[in-house]
This record gives sequence, C-alpha cells and structure tokens, in this order.
Amino acid sequence: MKRLGPGLILALVVGFAFLYLPILALIAYSFNASRLVTVWGGFSTHWYVTLMSNEPLLDAAWLSIRLAFVAATVATALGTLAALALARHGAFRGRTLFTGMVLAPLVMPEVITGLSLLLLFVAADVERGFWTVTIAHATFCLGFACIVVQSRLAGFDRSLEEAAQDLGATPFVTFWTVTLPLIWPAVAAAWMLAFTLSLDDLVIASFTTGPGATTLPMRLYSAIRLGVSPEINAACTIMIGAVAVAVIVASLLMKRDRLAGG
Amino acid sequence: MSARNAAARLGRLVVAVPYLWLLLFFLVPFGMVLRIALSDSATALPPYAPHFDGFSQLGEFLSGLDFENFRLLGDDELYWQSYLYSLRLAALTTLIALAIGYPLAYAMASVSRRAQGLLVVLVILPFWTSFLIRVYAWIGILRPDGLLDAALMGLGLTSEPLRLLNTEAAVLIGMVYSYLPFMVLPLFATLQKLDRSLLEAAADLGATPLKAFLTVTLPLSLPGILAGSALVFIPAVGEFVIPDLLGGPDTVMIGKVLWNEFFSNRDWPLASAVAIVLLIVLVLPLVLLQRARLARGEAA
Repeated sequence: MKRLGPGLILALVVGFAFLYLPILALIAYSFNASRLVTVWGGFSTHWYVTLMSNEPLLDAAWLSIRLAFVAATVATALGTLAALALARHGAFRGRTLFTGMVLAPLVMPEVITGLSLLLLFVAADVERGFWTVTIAHATFCLGFACIVVQSRLAGFDRSLEEAAQDLGATPFVTFWTVTLPLIWPAVAAAWMLAFTLSLDDLVIASFTTGPGATTLPMRLYSAIRLGVSPEINAACTIMIGAVAVAVIVASLLMKRDRLAGG
Repeated sequence: MSARNAAARLGRLVVAVPYLWLLLFFLVPFGMVLRIALSDSATALPPYAPHFDGFSQLGEFLSGLDFENFRLLGDDELYWQSYLYSLRLAALTTLIALAIGYPLAYAMASVSRRAQGLLVVLVILPFWTSFLIRVYAWIGILRPDGLLDAALMGLGLTSEPLRLLNTEAAVLIGMVYSYLPFMVLPLFATLQKLDRSLLEAAADLGATPLKAFLTVTLPLSLPGILAGSALVFIPAVGEFVIPDLLGGPDTVMIGKVLWNEFFSNRDWPLASAVAIVLLIVLVLPLVLLQRARLARGEAA
C-alpha cells in the first residue's frame, strides 16, 4: 500500500463530508426540542412521540412496507430467472431485446416508466391501487435484482451442478439443492435492494396508484412541500436507520459469501 | 431422453417467464406512450382519443396519424427551452460530479483493499437512503435562516441570508449530491483495476506525475468516466423531484413539465409526446453508456 498524500486525504474528507453532513444534520435536528431548524433547544424525543400518533403517515408506512415486500419478492424471483437465463442460456432468440429490457429501467427517467405503465393500466381498464403499484415496482426493480444475482452466477463453479445431474438429479432438484443454496446470499441482497428501491419510490408510485393507496413517499412529499418540520426529520431518521441496518446486513452476507466461495 | 426434454422445457421456462413479464410491463407500455402521443386530447376519461385500435385499421391509422402534439412541442417555446435547460443542467451536474467524484474515486483506489470495501459501502449507503430524504435534508440547509446561513453568518462570512433555496444553484447542489455515487462507483471500478506499475514505468522514463496522470491514468480511466457521466446525465435530464422541491419558478426542467402536463393540465397526449422526445434526446448518452460497458468488459 502506498501512503496517501495530503491531496488524496483532502479528497476523501471533502467527498465523504459532502455525502454525510446533510444526513447527519437531518438526524441531529430530529432530536431538537425546538421547532426551529436553526435553534438548538436541547435534546428531545418529542417528535418521535408525535410521529407515533400521526395516523395517516403510519398507515402510509404500513402500506409501503407491505407493497415493498410483495414487489421485492416478485422482482427477485423474476430477476433471478432473468440472471439464470442470461448466464446459462447462451444465445436464445431475442437475447438482445431481453438484455435491453432488463437493463433499460436502471437508467430510464422515472417519469417515463411511471407514465408508460399508467397508460397500460388505463388501457387494460384495471382498478388502480395497491396491485398496480406493486407490478410497476416489481418491473423497475427486476433489473437491479438481475444484476446482483448475475454477478454471483459469474463466479460460480458449474461443475457442482454437473455433478448433481450426473448423479441423477433433475434440473429442478439441482437448482433447488445446489444452485440456490450457493447463490442465496446474492438473492437475499437482491431482495433487500429491491425492497428499499420500492420503499423509496415517489414518482412511479404517484403515476400508477389510485384512490386509497397512498404510499409513504407520497405522504412525505406532500408534507415536505408544506415546509420543514422536525416531525418529518424524525420519520426520515427512522427510515435512514432501517436502510443502514439493511445495507450492513446485506454487505455482511455478501462478504461471508465471498469468504465461503473463496 | 425424457429427462433431457424436461430440462429443455425448464430451460425455456426460465427464459420465458421474465421475458413475457418484461414484454407486457415494459415494451407494451412504451407502445402505449407512442400511441397516445399520436392521439388527440379529449376531455373524456381517459383523456385521449386513440387513433389506433388494432391491426385491421393499420391503413386508416397511418393516414390519420396525428403529429399535432409534436408540432406543439416544436412551436411552443416553453417546451424546447425546458429541454435545453434540462440538458444544460444535467451537463453541469455531470461536470461538477466528475470534478468531485474523480479525486474521491482516485483516493479510494489508493487505500488498502480492506479499507476499500468499507469506503465502497460508505459511498453506496446514501444511495440506499430515500431520494426524498436527501433532497429534504438540503431544504433544511439551504432555506433562508437554514443551517448554511446560520453557519456562514455565525462565522461572520456573510451578513445576510444567501437565499439559495429555490434557485438554480440549489437544484445543482441537490442533483450533484443525489447522483454522486453513480459517478464514483464506475470511476472507482476502473481506477482500482488500473495497473500501478504502468505509472512506475512512466516515472522511470522521466514523466512528471502530472504527465503520467494525463498520458496513462486519464486515458485508461476513460471507460469509467464515460459510464459514470452517462449514469449521472441520463436520470438527471428527466429529474422531477429535485427541481420541484429545491428549484424555483425559473428552474423548469422537462421532467417537471411532463408531470404538470399530466397531473395539472391532464393533457395525456402532450405528456406522452414530451416523454417520447425525452427518450430520443437520451438515445445518444445511452449508446455511449453501452459502449463504455462493453469497453470495460473487454478490459476485465
């Protein structure tokens, strides 16, 4: 390892300060006793208490969690299949189109994804609400899940699968008893990524939702438009905490997986 | 033989299930956008009158195609100016993110392997937190009498509030902040793989560190620069939340125009036409991204 020069240390400090100071400030002011953003009125958990009696926000949070759970499960299942298709089924017909459709949602502006899915739902005349948002989220999270699983399949020892098949296992049994146990940390990480992406999404949900299905980001968005309040800071802090735990667990899973996989 | 048939069937299923899902929920909706962009607006519900109702009417459809919405986009200054404005703001965002991200990625690639893993997680972590939360954090900092003003005035650097919130500067700060991880990660990936002995060779041959950087490091990290720039530029062009919450009446980006046409004016055909033109604008950066990805694949 080379010693870091002062310039590189400065780059690290400035870069990470820029990334983290705004979030740290937001967290700090959720514990502020004063309602004013610039005045520190002492440490208080008052805003967390008022948050717990904010029924619309809690309802929206519960809806978002259920929705993200279903969407992440569907996205991970489809994303794993897509990753298997890309990694194992070499040159099937329409592979270029398939790759394009898997990867495009990763960079597509959300307004376009949201608008296009809404037009589909209107044309198909389905009632918009929980399930339409779930389908929309599963579709845009699929690509992310696929990439995570694909990276694991790339470093995969195929001779294990071949051995199982030589010993008479059917492809389905082979997948269930050999492939899946070997790739599950990546599948779990893909699920968590899809879950947080769904939980965070405002734009696509706003387009594809219907009456009675207001997600947490939609609720937060309308609250934020009205102005800054420590109660929103408290809600954001809880979400940041949940995400931080999820990311740490996911990266530990991936790390253990790498150590086990050599 | 039957086992092999079963395997083949299962293999086809593995491809077919996600394929059909994506055809139905990704490709077909794009066809819908195109179809509705070529429709007349109507005050009915849904608020558009389709021109295309099946292949039997293809001839009729072709003769009746309606490019009125696209003509409107070209004629009305608001639309093409907001496209140009979005492109300009996205380009500025990309340049600033590159200026901050390159030194950061370079420093990350220079530390020990163990520390690298930790730093990568630290870069990704804010990306996993909600967009909305990160934008909200900046409202608290930038608003009049917010944290930035309090800090600057407390230090005696300024005597009155800067009034940064609801300006273009605020939108730029918010976009650079939100998209910085997209720039840093591909840059880090290429810089980490860079063979440092090439720099030693350049130094041995008498190159100054600056010359070695310009002739060795920079060209070799070009795929990372391209990929990072495309990953920042593409979503930034269509951004809605950041200009809406941090910007003011002057910062009309095209994502916001689309949103307003759709939700406020309920002009679905026009919103669809805005989306189609936005996609066309993004084709070039998408192609660049794909080429950068291929170049990286070959290097690996």
